[in-house]
Amino acid sequence: MAMILAISIGVLAGSGVWLILRPRSFQVIIGLSLLSYAVNLFIFSMGRLRSGAASIVNGSSDLGAYADPLPQALVLTAIVIGFAMTALFLVVLLASRGLTGTDHVDGRER
Amino acid sequence: MLDSLLTHLTILPIALPLLAGIILVLIEDRHHVLKLTISIVATLVLLAASVALLVDTNAGGYNISTYQLGNWPAPFGIVLVADRLSTMMVVLNAVLALSAALFASARWARAGQHFHTLFQLLLMGVNGAFLTGDLFNLFVFFEVLLAASYGLMLHGSGSLRVRAGLHYVAVNLVTSALFLIGVSLIYGVTGTLNMADLALRIPLVPDDSRMLLEAGGAILGIAFLVKAGMWPLSFWLPTTYAAASPPVAAMFAIMSKVGVYIILRLSLLLFGLEAGVSAHFGGQWLLYGGMATIAFGTIGVLSSQGMARMAGFSVLVSSGTLLAMIGYENAGVTAGALYYLVNSTLALSCFYLLVELVERGRGAGADVLAVTLEAFGDDGEPEEEVGVATPRTLALLGMAFVICAILLAGMPPFSGFLAKFAMIGAVLNLEGLGASDAVSGASWWLVALLIISGLAAMIGLLRAGINTYWISFDAEVPRIRVVEMLPVLLLLGLCLTLTVLAGPAMGYMQATAQDLHVPIGYLGSVLAGADGGVP
Repeated sequence: MAMILAISIGVLAGSGVWLILRPRSFQVIIGLSLLSYAVNLFIFSMGRLRSGAASIVNGSSDLGAYADPLPQALVLTAIVIGFAMTALFLVVLLASRGLTGTDHVDGRER
Repeated sequence: MLDSLLTHLTILPIALPLLAGIILVLIEDRHHVLKLTISIVATLVLLAASVALLVDTNAGGYNISTYQLGNWPAPFGIVLVADRLSTMMVVLNAVLALSAALFASARWARAGQHFHTLFQLLLMGVNGAFLTGDLFNLFVFFEVLLAASYGLMLHGSGSLRVRAGLHYVAVNLVTSALFLIGVSLIYGVTGTLNMADLALRIPLVPDDSRMLLEAGGAILGIAFLVKAGMWPLSFWLPTTYAAASPPVAAMFAIMSKVGVYIILRLSLLLFGLEAGVSAHFGGQWLLYGGMATIAFGTIGVLSSQGMARMAGFSVLVSSGTLLAMIGYENAGVTAGALYYLVNSTLALSCFYLLVELVERGRGAGADVLAVTLEAFGDDGEPEEEVGVATPRTLALLGMAFVICAILLAGMPPFSGFLAKFAMIGAVLNLEGLGASDAVSGASWWLVALLIISGLAAMIGLLRAGINTYWISFDAEVPRIRVVEMLPVLLLLGLCLTLTVLAGPAMGYMQATAQDLHVPIGYLGSVLAGADGGVP
């Protein structure tokens, strides 16, 4: 499981970085989204991978039976913030497209 | 009643702007006098609350106020910490906010929608970043700050702003990703996000996971260095700041200092002397990176044609100086750097406001041709008939410009010089006066760079000043309202106060630097106080 997760984070981050470096603003926004998925998975994995474990302590004193709840809370916050920022970036992208007449990130074709 | 209010004083700098922002967003933009009144009053109350917090924190010698949100004890719950450094930064922020809000009230606030709302939310984010004692909470406040700044950056619209804003947003979104990776790596190794708890756990990290921890610290550091504008992570900064509307750029001057503040706080708390093997981690990078930034900023100041761009490169010089000084991790150097931080933030903010006032008298194309300036058009602001159009305006502007230039260049007799003197003196005598320690080569380079950067700032600003004030007698005198000149005079007055009261101010900075370098008091009051309130 660890290997699959690591590979998927790597693929997501790699594609994200490649797309961010592209000249079209739409490619950049997709790249940013992919990168944020990779980061979210990464945060999640930092609480150690464990299958079939609940995250809420409800009386049992055996902490080993639970998954770490903190990264899950962190990842939730990161997802919400990332979503909002992507929406905001989309608006800026559209404004830039409308004002400059091109979807190049520098506002002009080279 | 007063006691219970004092208990919650620490959260007031965050709660007040949030409340003001919520109220402001509900009011329509056509009631702009009402919105303006609410915004200015809220900023004034914020300033009063920040000063009260500063006084309260420093009453009776060394004192740190911690505020436990929801009354959860420190390593488990989120905690706000008000110590000397954070309260000082909060007051600085409130001062800049007041002057920017006053300046914007004359015309910029009406250049787009929801200026006041975004402005208050920006204040909330900046104050939160200064006061928080928790890494993830820091991320949240950083995002609040950035989200508000995206909106403010685009305030006034226009193709140039939107283009610069696109780059600004993209750079900062990638930075946020790096921030999260760094935070989660540190959490994965140490199992905590509380800064004080981290400081205790880092020396105990086993050797096989130390590399992971340091990688996390480095990635986190890069996120803040982008914000602070260390070369080569700073190419976005001058363009963005120059494109932003002037009151916003004046606030951005403290936003790059947020990055510097976090670097200072974390490198001394997490990787200070107590950190065992990891002690002084990243110090060399900060030193040489800071020096490269000063060099880059200096060249930029000399080569830039518009004054706003010149101000942007001055921000880089200021950031570079601070980063290099932080790299020394020496209490004396830090004290000088803190004095420089306050002084240069005030001066830069003032400069951004001044640039707009000066350039208002010039034609639209004058910015581009500033160096070979010949043509002066109409002032292009026919609706500003209420302003006073006498040569006195020009004289006042010229005086303010000269003082601002002297402050930025670090020439005597003002506080810019004192700040540079304090820093250079400390760098050349790391062990204190009289100790016969050899001065390293890097230190000589740094001192040379500092002096050259001051000279370059003087040359660049003189050139701009001559082009503006001495050639332009035939040009229209810029029409300026009193409320626009007031913030400039306020900021300059504060710098002059800082010059006159240099003794007490340096004493405060030295005490702050001592606290930062020996953070036992910080750790103790964050982790011990389980009573939920201010001690």
